[in-house]
Amino acid sequence: TKIQEFAVPVGNEPSGFLRSCNREEGVRIDLNHGTTTLAFKFRHGVIVAVDSRASAGNYLASNDANKVIEINPYLLGTMSGSAADCQYWERLLAKECRLYKLRNNHRISVAAASKLLCNMMLGYRGMGLSMGSMICGWDKEGPGLYYVDHNGTRLSGRMFSTGCGNSYAYGVVDSGYKEDMTVEEAYELGCRGIAHATHRDAYSGGSVNMYHMREDGWIKVCKEDVSELIHRYREGMF
Amino acid sequence: MLSAQNFGESGKMKEYHYAGPTEHRFSPYAFNGGTVLAVAGEDFAIVASDTRLSEGYSIHSRDSPKCYKLTDTTVLGCSGFHGDCLTLTKIIDARLKMYKHSNNKTMTSGAIAAMLSTILYSRRFFPYYVYNIIGGLDEQGKGAVYSFDPVGSYQRDTYKAGGSASAMLQPLLDNQIGFKNMEGVEHVPLTKDKAVQLVKDVFVSAAERDVYTGDALRICIVTKEGIEEQNIPLRKD
Repeated sequence: TKIQEFAVPVGNEPSGFLRSCNREEGVRIDLNHGTTTLAFKFRHGVIVAVDSRASAGNYLASNDANKVIEINPYLLGTMSGSAADCQYWERLLAKECRLYKLRNNHRISVAAASKLLCNMMLGYRGMGLSMGSMICGWDKEGPGLYYVDHNGTRLSGRMFSTGCGNSYAYGVVDSGYKEDMTVEEAYELGCRGIAHATHRDAYSGGSVNMYHMREDGWIKVCKEDVSELIHRYREGMF
Repeated sequence: MLSAQNFGESGKMKEYHYAGPTEHRFSPYAFNGGTVLAVAGEDFAIVASDTRLSEGYSIHSRDSPKCYKLTDTTVLGCSGFHGDCLTLTKIIDARLKMYKHSNNKTMTSGAIAAMLSTILYSRRFFPYYVYNIIGGLDEQGKGAVYSFDPVGSYQRDTYKAGGSASAMLQPLLDNQIGFKNMEGVEHVPLTKDKAVQLVKDVFVSAAERDVYTGDALRICIVTKEGIEEQNIPLRKD
C-alpha cells in the first residue's frame, strides 16, 4: 500500500517554519482555526454540540463551518484547532473505519476508532499539528466518548469540551448537568454551553450544531444561530 | 523598539534604540497580490479575478489573470504567491488528465474540490501559499463554490472572496447576496445578470481601496452552455 508522504521545509523545525515566514514583507499565511466544542454522556445517550466559526488570524474565514464529521451512522467526530488538520485526519479515520468494517464484517468500536486517530497523531508528534477531537459513538459497550488530541492524549470520559472557548462551556455544563436529565433538558444544556462560550470567546461563534447519539444511531438535533439563542436567554437573565 | 521621536528640530537623528539581533533567511515565499471572487447561483457560477501581478512596490504585469479553467464546468481562482499558483495549477491539470484516462469521465466540481484539499494538505509542513476558490456546476447543474485555506481546509459556500482585498469584499457580499444585517428585506434569488453587475461593482470598489487590486477584471461565467469570459478595465493606478 502507498504511504502518504509529506513535503517538509529545509531545516529541522517544521513547526516553527510557518511562523518565521509570517515576519516577511507582505507574506501572511494564516490557517483556519478556533472553536468551542462539547460532548457529554447522560442516561439517554451522548449529546454533541459545536460552534461554526472558522478564523484565519484576525479574519473570520467562515461563520458556517462544519465541525462534526459523520463517520458512519453510529460514529461522530468533532473538530477543533486547525481546520485542515482535523478535516484531513478525520476523513482518513473515516476511511480506516470503513475498511475495518469491510475486512472484519462488523462495525469498529469507539475505543478502536479513537485509538486509530490517536496513533495517527503520535506519528507526527512535535511537527506542529493542532487538533482536539472527540470521538462519540454507540457500540457493543454502550455509549462511548473519547477525547483525542494532537499530542496523542486519548481519554475516555463522561464529559469533554475542547477549543479556545472550552472553559466557558465547562462552567455552564458543569453547573447544569444531572445524570437523569430528560432529553429536552440535555438539548437545552448543550445549546447553552456553546452559546455562552461563543458570547465570551472571540474565536467562537456562528451557530450551534447539535447531534444526539442514541442506541439506534445519531440524529441531528438542530442548527441554531447563536445571536438568537443569546437573545432568548437574555430575556431571563436580568 | 524604535522611538517615534527619531528626528529632532535640526533634522538630525535624535535617539536610537537597538532592537536586538534579528535573523534574516531566504524566504521561499513572496506575496504577489490579487483578489479572487466566486459566486454561485441557481444554475450558474461566476469566478472573477483582477489581473494585476505585483511584488512590493512594483507591478510585474497588468495582464495576469488568476482564473484557471479546469474543465467545462469548473474554474479555479488562485491568488497569493504566483510561483505556487503556477505549480499548483500544473499539478491539478496533470491529475485531471490522469483521472480522465483511468475513469473515462471528467472530474466533477465536488471531486476536484476534495482532490485539491488533499493536494494542499500533502504540503502541510511547507504550504502552498495560495488562496484557492473553485467555482462551477455540481452534478445537479446547480452553482457551487468551494473555498480553501492554504493547507486544504475547505467547505462549500454560496459566495466567497479571497486574496488581498478579501476582507473588504466579503462583508459587501454578505450584505448584498446573503442579506445579512438587513431587516425586512425580501430574499430575491440572484439572477446571472445581477450577479455579473454586482461582481463588477464590487471589484471597482476593491480597486479604489486596495493597492494590490486593479488594472483589469477577468470574469468567467460558468453555465451548462459552457464558460463565457469577459474583460473589464479597472483603475490602473
